[in-house]
Amino acid sequence: MRKVLKYVIYDVFRSKMLIGYTLLLFAMCSGMYYLGSGDSKTTVSLLHIVLLVVPLISIIFGTIHYYNSREFIELLMAQPIRRRRILLGEYFGITFSLSVALLIGLGVPIALWDFSESSLILLLVGVLLTFIFTALAFLASVRSADKARGIGSALLLWFYFSVIYDALVLWLLSSFSDYPLEKPVLILTAFNPIDLGRVMVLLKLDTSALMGYTGALYLDFFGSGAGILYSLALLLVWLILPLIFSVKIFAKKDM
Amino acid sequence: MLRLLVLFLTLFIYGNASARKFTIGKNGTVVSIKDALKIAAEGDEIQLLPGIYAEGEIVIDKRIILSGTNESILDGGHSASVLLIRSNGVTIRGITIQNCGYSDIREFAGIRLENVNRCIIEGNKLFNNYFGIYLANSHHCRILNNRVEGLAKTETSSGNGIHLWKSEYNLLVGNHVSGHRDGIYFEFVKHSSVISNFSEKNLRYGLHFMFSDDDSYRYNIFRNNGSGVAVMYTRHVNMDHNRFEYNWGSAAYGLLLKEISYSRINNNIFFTNTTGLYMEGSNQTIVENNDFVKNGWGLRILGDCFDDTIRSNNFRGNTFDVATNAVRSMNVFNSNYWDQYSGYDLNHDRIGDVPYHPVSLYSKITEESPFALMLLHSFFVNLMDQAEKVVPTITPEAFKDDSPLMKPLRNDTY
Repeated sequence: MRKVLKYVIYDVFRSKMLIGYTLLLFAMCSGMYYLGSGDSKTTVSLLHIVLLVVPLISIIFGTIHYYNSREFIELLMAQPIRRRRILLGEYFGITFSLSVALLIGLGVPIALWDFSESSLILLLVGVLLTFIFTALAFLASVRSADKARGIGSALLLWFYFSVIYDALVLWLLSSFSDYPLEKPVLILTAFNPIDLGRVMVLLKLDTSALMGYTGALYLDFFGSGAGILYSLALLLVWLILPLIFSVKIFAKKDM
Repeated sequence: MLRLLVLFLTLFIYGNASARKFTIGKNGTVVSIKDALKIAAEGDEIQLLPGIYAEGEIVIDKRIILSGTNESILDGGHSASVLLIRSNGVTIRGITIQNCGYSDIREFAGIRLENVNRCIIEGNKLFNNYFGIYLANSHHCRILNNRVEGLAKTETSSGNGIHLWKSEYNLLVGNHVSGHRDGIYFEFVKHSSVISNFSEKNLRYGLHFMFSDDDSYRYNIFRNNGSGVAVMYTRHVNMDHNRFEYNWGSAAYGLLLKEISYSRINNNIFFTNTTGLYMEGSNQTIVENNDFVKNGWGLRILGDCFDDTIRSNNFRGNTFDVATNAVRSMNVFNSNYWDQYSGYDLNHDRIGDVPYHPVSLYSKITEESPFALMLLHSFFVNLMDQAEKVVPTITPEAFKDDSPLMKPLRNDTY
């Protein structure tokens, strides 16, 4: 697995896309700090970027890389290596490279301008989202042999978590606004890694006061040390489940 | 008129000539304040030398001057009020007053004035009192440059910094109030002015007034109070050149108006409050030349407000500019500057050519179902707000500023 990992990382680091991604993040983040007032509003703007860009790039990059290295994967399969190791090697190669890109593109501006607890949580959320959405990308890729279909379903997954899910939640909350929604709100948050990440960062900012009763509810639940561990655990579940499924499918797959 | 003046001057000179001065303390003419009060006549001055005076409740029932340095400390020993004033024209100047009693039934205070006129409370330090300065049915008094500091822990076990009840024509200038339940509290107070005071870190409200008509509040700073400033059930109030800032918390307001009418709120700054200005049941009120900066909600105006005018204000960096639960607008918005306005100005008259709708779709939704705030700052919500801005369908059509300004106003604020 280590050799596969090494080769994938070497391969990814040569691609222009990764460099472009790093530069894009760096330019956007340092631009935000440069133009913004440098307080929690800037962190909120960065949050917008991270929640939108990181999942999208991770899921697209993951699928494209998978399909582009299909021949290499087939070659590896002819060797005495377990299939699980091949896929995990590919997975960790990509997530490692993307995380490095994120740590440079986002981490350096944060270290330069605003080294605070909320920014660090934001960075952590960004890394976790990279892992989660690459796992989802692999799940979408191993399921279909057709490249266009794979990328299409990956994009649909991203669209679902970024837009459709929130739209459904909003519809649910406004149609059942007469009912006690404390528990549903917490459960609905847990079912979307992007929302979970957003809440984790917002609770570290004074913006959470705007969320009023809902914010107090969140703070009560997620704000404590145990709450942070709990949400981290939830995010890890979001990482591990798609990965296990894709490994299982990949292991039985007829190439 | 001349005769009156001569009479007045004679009285003044005569009064001055006859006024005696007692110094209290180990090296003074009299040892205790209570003894001095017994022998003092109207118009005399009792001066406290530095030291701690623990004489329990001191009742002042003569028109005297009680003065001292800040090292002259009156300690109430947590029993009752420290100074109880029951005579007109008393002056209390430059004394430190601390540790008055606490009671669930009676409202003890550092300095308590009952049914008196024309008293002056100036330059005193009040520390750890239940109520700081308490005026009950007292008129024409001046409360100047006092420092009132409490150690309030819970709302139920603490009193107000400066408390006025049923009093008229009073003047509060330059006081600094902190650590009480309400910083300044008015109930049934008319024709009074609150100028250049600083009220901070109080548990509940920096300023709280009810049923207090014809008062004015100018050049005050209300900072970091539990839930900001609340004014209720009052008419003809002027609030200008104040700063309402850092009132941040899930139920905090810069300024909360409830049933306020025929009033003016102008040239104030609302900075970093959860809700800058909250209006409920207010009518005929003019909100003009204020700066709403970096608040969660700049202005929350409920459906029971009508005939209010909101004009020439700056709205900058607020998460939500205006929120409302109303379907129709019965208030007028015009000539405000909105930093989220994206219109254009073809004829360069500095007025935007398309109206601005300050109520965003998301703020409308959260007003109806507060749990929707769970989606604050999510991509979908931003997308939805932008779409609604282009084609307003759900947000109240009448809530609009027909003449939004292209550039912020330079408001004359404090």
